[in-house]
Amino acid sequence: MYNFDIVRPSSVADAVAALGEEDAQALGGGQTLIPTLKQRLASPAKLVSLAGIAEMKGVCTGDDGVLCIGGGTTHGTVAAEATAYPALAALAGNIGDPAVRNRGTIGGSLANNDPSACYPSAALASGATIVTNTREIAADDFFEGMFTTALNEGEIICEVRFPVPEKANYQKFEQPASRFALVGVFVAKYADGVRVAVTGASNDGVFRWTEAEAALSSNFSSSALDGMSVSSDDMIADMHGSAAYRAHLVGVMTKRAVAAAG
Amino acid sequence: MPKDHGIGASSKRREDVRFLTGTGNYTDDINVHGQLYVHFLRSDVAHGRINKVDTAAASEMPGVVRVFTGADFEGVGSIPCGWQVTDRFGEVMQEPPHPVLAQGKVRHVGDPIAAVVAESLSQARDAAEAIEFDIDELPAVVDMKEALKDGAPKVHDDLKNNLCYDWGFVEENREAVDKAIKEAAHVTTLELVNNRLVANPMEPRVAVGDYNRANDESTLYTTSQNPHVIRLLMGAFVLGIPEHKLRVIAPDVGGGFGTKIFHYAEEAFCTFAARQLARPVKWTSTRSEAFMSDAHGRDHVTKIELALDKDNNFTALRTDTYANMGAYLSTFAPSVPTWLHGTLMAGNYKTPLIYVNVKAVFTNTVPVDAYRGAGRPEATFQLERVVDKAARELGVDPIALRRQNFISEFPYATPVAVEYDTGDYTATMDKLEEIADIAGFAARRKESEAKGKLRGLGVNCYIEACGIAPSNLVGQLGARAGLYESATVRVNATGSISVMTGSHSHGQGHETAFPQVVAEMLGIPEDQIDIVHGDTARTPMGMGTYGSRSLAVGGSAMVRATEKIINKAKKIASHLMEASEADIELKDGQFTVAGTDKSVAWGDVTLAAYVPHNYPLEDIEPGLEETAFYDPSNFTYPSGAYACEVELDPDTGKVTVERFSAADDFGNIINPMIVSGQVHGGIAQGVGQALMENCVYDENGQLLSASYMDYAMPRADDVPFYSVDHSCVTPCTHNPLGVKGCGEAGAIGSPPAVINAVVDALQSGGHDVTHIDMPASPSRVWAAMNG
Repeated sequence: MYNFDIVRPSSVADAVAALGEEDAQALGGGQTLIPTLKQRLASPAKLVSLAGIAEMKGVCTGDDGVLCIGGGTTHGTVAAEATAYPALAALAGNIGDPAVRNRGTIGGSLANNDPSACYPSAALASGATIVTNTREIAADDFFEGMFTTALNEGEIICEVRFPVPEKANYQKFEQPASRFALVGVFVAKYADGVRVAVTGASNDGVFRWTEAEAALSSNFSSSALDGMSVSSDDMIADMHGSAAYRAHLVGVMTKRAVAAAG
Repeated sequence: MPKDHGIGASSKRREDVRFLTGTGNYTDDINVHGQLYVHFLRSDVAHGRINKVDTAAASEMPGVVRVFTGADFEGVGSIPCGWQVTDRFGEVMQEPPHPVLAQGKVRHVGDPIAAVVAESLSQARDAAEAIEFDIDELPAVVDMKEALKDGAPKVHDDLKNNLCYDWGFVEENREAVDKAIKEAAHVTTLELVNNRLVANPMEPRVAVGDYNRANDESTLYTTSQNPHVIRLLMGAFVLGIPEHKLRVIAPDVGGGFGTKIFHYAEEAFCTFAARQLARPVKWTSTRSEAFMSDAHGRDHVTKIELALDKDNNFTALRTDTYANMGAYLSTFAPSVPTWLHGTLMAGNYKTPLIYVNVKAVFTNTVPVDAYRGAGRPEATFQLERVVDKAARELGVDPIALRRQNFISEFPYATPVAVEYDTGDYTATMDKLEEIADIAGFAARRKESEAKGKLRGLGVNCYIEACGIAPSNLVGQLGARAGLYESATVRVNATGSISVMTGSHSHGQGHETAFPQVVAEMLGIPEDQIDIVHGDTARTPMGMGTYGSRSLAVGGSAMVRATEKIINKAKKIASHLMEASEADIELKDGQFTVAGTDKSVAWGDVTLAAYVPHNYPLEDIEPGLEETAFYDPSNFTYPSGAYACEVELDPDTGKVTVERFSAADDFGNIINPMIVSGQVHGGIAQGVGQALMENCVYDENGQLLSASYMDYAMPRADDVPFYSVDHSCVTPCTHNPLGVKGCGEAGAIGSPPAVINAVVDALQSGGHDVTHIDMPASPSRVWAAMNG
């Protein structure tokens, strides 16, 4: 770790102001950033901790039935309190281990957009809205590829709004070492159609499997996916699996998610 | 009724009180007044020529005391290799130098280029970034067969090529084996890889060097399984410090698995720098450094052929193995693929003709050396896989084929130069079939298939050679060390005892099990006895703990020393009771005169030894302290039979271990609970090797599996509850306790059981798969299923 300063603002406004300074970086739960700092792979001058901002924490359901989760809410809290959206709570409860879940936050995960993270698939499959200090961004516009999002410099995820689906399920096939998603598929069925989002598999990060969505929208059963497959062209290939294997797993995990969603 | 103390009792591990409450004293807990910290600048290329290492700017950085480079070690010895193998042509192996810091070239990712010593670790790291170095990257060799081709880049410019040795064993059998294979009714051939592993003890390596100018004494605190070996190798061969001026202390050590046997450059560096600077110097490995500086394990590529006659009797075995040495020869590296591997190729079977060829190869990778089992897992894996494949090819039951070929008469001289003293392989197989419920497998397979899963059963046997070993024999085989063990039993005036052992406990529970033996012999409570180990200043010269040798060799030394204590104590007792020494009996801590009601307590005798007012001073010396050195007359040969049942998800290729059963013959058992724990841990490591762990380099020598993000360690939910049994006992015939050793068995016996089960599962699903290399990860299994 290199030397850095740290500030702990108690409001979003103060955090935004602090992030305006040169080489300042937001610190959520630190589950990616702290190991990166320890390995001296980043050298921010100032860390702006978002952990003390009360207005960014908590889970509630709005009058419109949308589940609202503060950007600074930990996975552990989501797992325990997002009871209105069981598939999302289950996803949060299966991220990492208890230590990770007690520190890591939904806002941090979405802002980082790790291609193997779980949350991006939930946000994309749910058609969630990412609310920042300046604007609202639809999930479809938010994820711009591996570790890349629509967020501007210094922009903070204050809240994430999830329309609650009729049925949903997340299936994660774990990479054996890290237990991140080698392939994770989130399926969500809404009155106006089904959305399927895939994480872990693609070089472009989380993506929607639109062919599966179309098939499932007309017949929400795993048999609707028979004979369907995603292309392996843009899939990640590494020591844990070939592109073809990941493409295959997308099909398997999607079927399982549909079956489990019931 | 199980015993509640002494030999055979499951006494609770007394060391766990401190291990489980955070009050252990590990090397990193040791901080010496005024200590400095070292950070090693390590090569990020696998192979390169060092043109320049400029430390001027780094030396001016805040807190920096000194920056060392390879040039500072020109008058210093090379990190030595402790075993010299002679090849099949009678030539000694090629043995390159191994400088403390790289000189001229870097030869693997992680090879240390420079070392910064500073007041704080952060300052040392900052300054390391200011070192200006110019390294011309050279083509690297990673694949062993590529490394042996003409024109391959040479890891060591001064050697003829990258071949360390070409070993044949038993060379005289070569032609007869070739002939038998040619004439066999059936030959089963298998090519396989024994995957490279990183040991990953929970505690990373640490070294603290200290130097006392007043008396010219150096002290090294280090995470070692054998502090005396480190003192000898480092003092005599590297730094030139005589033993009476060098103390090596290995306090609580958090797991070793072999990788803490070896003498490492960082130990020599900290000791050397402390003398140069007259201040203590500390190094604590990060986990990332451990991946690229701890000796790795395994990494063999083998072709094995098993010949059978028309009645399915094994007639000959031939193996052709490439063994990766890495970039330098680690302490015992040459012995692992040879004497710890070739000698075990008979396994449990009476195959009359065996020939083993091993080519040891230098590559631009981290040095490879002993890892839990060391050579024996590699031997067992090949043999038990090829036997299983043979059974499938011949359409016979794998268990029946094994039983048919078991060695059944002991002692048995194998065609690979060792003599098994005892064993009963039929008994352990019978026991296995019972505890594994082999008969119920078919029903369990049906249940799995009803869930859409494939289920496989894998069975194998193993034999290992432990208690390494007779010094005169290993000397002939190239060992540059004796392999006896030592113990001093110091009886205190009031009867309590300190046992100073040359063995070292780094998780094995010696502090509990060793007192059980002495307590049994003397008839006093175990809590009257403490074990002292891990400090060259407090223990007699000993060889340490590896190769499952501590009880068989170190325990035997302790028995011999205790016998001397008993003999002397009886003399004292006979004097106190005015009886003939021949009539004195010791039972339950009381000396009695046979046939009378006269007795004196243990404590009366020990007090008399140190307060010799009424004492036969003209016949015997006062005091009660004895030392023994024990050199075994043979290896010990634990054996057993293992069974694994896996469930395989055909959609994803994921394999889960549903049942694992182990029937072991460890000879006599001192503490059954500790033995079970050793087997449990070994199986976890074996399952890890078989299904998860893999150390992977790319073709440029970059380490791809350099952290836990990519190196898959087994976790608690990756293994089932085991069924282990060690009630089959054929006591070792040549050591006083009749013990064989249990530390490595689990890691030796389990990988073939797992892979045999995976192959069985795949074949049950109609997949034409006859072998799958370890680790049988989901992606590999899926690839095997899908051509």
